Amino acid sequence: MTTQILIAGFGGQGVLFAGKFIAYKGLIENKEVSWLPSYGPEMRGGTANCSIIISDEPVGSPIVSNPDVLIAMNLPSLDKYEKEAKPGSLIFVDSTLIERKVERGDVKAFYIPATKMAMDAGIPTLANMIIVGKVLKETEGLSKDNLEEAMKKVVSAKRIELLDMNIKAIEAGYNY
Amino acid sequence: MTSSSSPGISLKQEGISYIAGADLPALIVNVQRGGPGLGGIQPSQSDYFQATKGGGHGDYHLIVLAPASVQEMADLTIKAFDLSEKYRVPTMLLADGTMGQMMEPVELPEIAPKESEKPWAVRGTKMEREHNIINSLYLKPEILEKTNFERFERYKAIEENEAMYEEYMMDDAEICVVAFGIAARVSKNAVTAARKKGIKVGLIRPITLWPFPKEALKKAADKVKGFISVELSMGQMIEDIKLSTECKKPVELCNRTGGMIPTPEEVLASIEKLAKEAK
Repeated sequence: MTTQILIAGFGGQGVLFAGKFIAYKGLIENKEVSWLPSYGPEMRGGTANCSIIISDEPVGSPIVSNPDVLIAMNLPSLDKYEKEAKPGSLIFVDSTLIERKVERGDVKAFYIPATKMAMDAGIPTLANMIIVGKVLKETEGLSKDNLEEAMKKVVSAKRIELLDMNIKAIEAGYNY
Repeated sequence: MTSSSSPGISLKQEGISYIAGADLPALIVNVQRGGPGLGGIQPSQSDYFQATKGGGHGDYHLIVLAPASVQEMADLTIKAFDLSEKYRVPTMLLADGTMGQMMEPVELPEIAPKESEKPWAVRGTKMEREHNIINSLYLKPEILEKTNFERFERYKAIEENEAMYEEYMMDDAEICVVAFGIAARVSKNAVTAARKKGIKVGLIRPITLWPFPKEALKKAADKVKGFISVELSMGQMIEDIKLSTECKKPVELCNRTGGMIPTPEEVLASIEKLAKEAK
């Protein structure tokens, strides 16, 4: 089985971080994985997206153009990638930032008010991981296993206090 | 060792030519981005000519290695140092923006430290031998010609011994896709998809761009109906394919440029078009 995931949003929303977490989780679970970022020269603002592939086979092209799982963190991303998603794919939308619904009828859409949930929970920067929590719940082949181990790979040891907050965010999205 | 991405490599060309002229080992890593000029910051393969045909001034070559995975980024870096030392020729690792930015599993090989003889090194004579002089200035044309002839003897040995490539599904192939680096990864997906549609297509992935795997291409030219060069440029490697195959078979170009990357679907469409024409 091969799962092609595309996460897209503004720079600064944690698009690349969320992708790294998913890739490392796959690696820990002995899958073949790749993670490829694409972004402009800006640190914040601009658009950022990243391709993650989790597979039982060696990964060919690391570029995801037709995702099985699309995470849209802002409207331009949904506008751009909704039409590229595979029929039958899962589309996860941050419904705080995106007012419109997914237009296609051949995909399964999930609306998570992730940015609002993150603000309310006092973890305003972790809307990305709230959506990841929902993705782990709804996507075949992904699970809630190995959260902490994978998180340790992506959270700097110097800022280990972020580990619990990230896991809390994932749990919140998982249970939404 | 030094590294940069495209515009920075252009700035280094004078020094690279001097290194080649002084017969020094060096590794230069170019993680290519779109050009010319300041260009963009997305992946590209448009420095192919610069890397394989000289780049700086004068009669010289670099050994050019083209990794197609993070694993090869590691393995070919080691290989590049070894080749460079062995032949006293500067070597270039020609990667692109995807190779530079992507993550995938990698096993770093254990490297045993190697003692290598460097009788040419400038490190003191202990009054036991003549001075070594490292220089690229030869004002007597007879001497400069001789050093160039000698260097090209080494290039000949490199061409005979060091060409590397990977073949994928070439056994019964009637169409041969040629691609390196990220373009080869994309092409592999397209070849697999075309095979599912019953098209007999294979892939030759040059791992060394100089020396170019001429023999493999030449051999393929005798059995396939045509070639497709897949590149992130306006078509540069295609010239080496035509030279290697002596234009015996048509060579099509499937390309994107300026930081764009062809999709597997685009490569597949190219394969299907050639398959139809070749019938």
